[in-house]
Amino acid sequence: MTDNPEFVQIRHAQKSFGKLEVLKDISLNVARGQIVAIIGPSGSGKSTLLRAINDLDPLTGGEVWLDGVQVNKTLPHRQYEAHINAMRQQVGMVFQHFNLFPHMTARENVTMAPKMLKGLSNDEADKLAEEQLEKVGMLDRMEYYPSRLSGGQKQRVAIARALAMKPKLMLFDEATSALDPELVDEVNQVMKKLAEEHMTMIIVTHEMDFAASVCDRVLFMDQGVVVEEGPPDVVFRNPSKDRTREFLRKHLAGAK
Amino acid sequence: MDIDLMLKVYPFFLEAAWVTIQLSVLTAILGLICGTAGAAARLSRFALVRFIGAAYVSVFRGTPALIQLFILYFGGPQIGIQLDAFEAGVIGLGINAGAYMTETIRGAIISIDNGQREAARTLGLSQWQAVYRIILPQAARLMVRPLGVNLNMLIKATALVAAISVIELTYTAQRYIGSTYKPFEMFLLAGVLYMVIIYVVGRGVAWLDRKVQIN
Repeated sequence: MTDNPEFVQIRHAQKSFGKLEVLKDISLNVARGQIVAIIGPSGSGKSTLLRAINDLDPLTGGEVWLDGVQVNKTLPHRQYEAHINAMRQQVGMVFQHFNLFPHMTARENVTMAPKMLKGLSNDEADKLAEEQLEKVGMLDRMEYYPSRLSGGQKQRVAIARALAMKPKLMLFDEATSALDPELVDEVNQVMKKLAEEHMTMIIVTHEMDFAASVCDRVLFMDQGVVVEEGPPDVVFRNPSKDRTREFLRKHLAGAK
Repeated sequence: MDIDLMLKVYPFFLEAAWVTIQLSVLTAILGLICGTAGAAARLSRFALVRFIGAAYVSVFRGTPALIQLFILYFGGPQIGIQLDAFEAGVIGLGINAGAYMTETIRGAIISIDNGQREAARTLGLSQWQAVYRIILPQAARLMVRPLGVNLNMLIKATALVAAISVIELTYTAQRYIGSTYKPFEMFLLAGVLYMVIIYVVGRGVAWLDRKVQIN
């Protein structure tokens, strides 16, 4: 399924907050259907890089391309808004803290954007919600408000909400970091399912085991640069850089 | 305490209470309009608009409402603003209440987690769509109680318009003191009627607050 090796392209990404440079000239290609994990210590810039892909944290330099279209192109304000809203419809994003809309049921969380942005009728949208919530195993909680769902259930609804827009690319920003350990697996299962369907995914994660089992490629970032990248076998089992080794040693020791 | 006198004059106080209620309702409506505009200005992406919103709040919260009413009613004609006492009362108190409501409304809006806006924007909603579909419905629920406090203050503030001779509760009490020399009874009667109004409004706010909560 890797027919387009430059499906997502990040070219010389650079980002500063004032004097602090959090991304230093990062380039990255992700092929269609590929699953890339980004690991690294907190403050390494991995979330910032992920959030730059849909322009949630705009880059201060460099370009992001998705399927042949530049995401962060320079346009007058109004035109840019229209452009970025159209681009974001093609990129699903899942957040650490779920960010479900608390005033809407699980079903409404899923149907809101397709109804508003794609003009789906109530019937079409409800059918879509059933499909997507079934996929994440939440069909029986369709009419629940988020306050009545567990963290794992919330995150699964959040994934369904993102999938309902039929995205070309899914971004996961530490999707399981805020979950109790026993709830992590149900979310990982959903992500695995997406992987089997060849969804293109970029995953920022602290979970090395999960990254090793589903990803095609792992990036280790530290202090705003990609220190090392490669297949999970190599990066996890036989890293070539000292910083990677040190991070993995600390992280794996800490996890146990 | 002269109960007989109180029973004799209370129908006139009821009429006056009706004026107080009208004043309160109109002031609250104008206050909400000014407060919404003020909050929108305070949250604008344009610095000049934000400044105007902030200036509105500091001027009207930073001076006595009584002075604002005097400037409008007594000073107004000097600069070509001719209002009768009731109109001046509603406009003066409404603009004043709006300054307080600006901060209430703004506070509720900024208390909504930024993740809500981000989630909406990542789905492809525009800034405005995110505001009216995601942020405002949540903020509105948080506003009910503090706006209820604003409303409570505003009802009591209507007593100030007695000073520009609007014939409402406080003015009526003063007038009857002039003819009966019974300030204790007359102010007590006015006070009781204020309390009844405020109690009913307070229950209404509490009911609305329960009604809009999720679940």
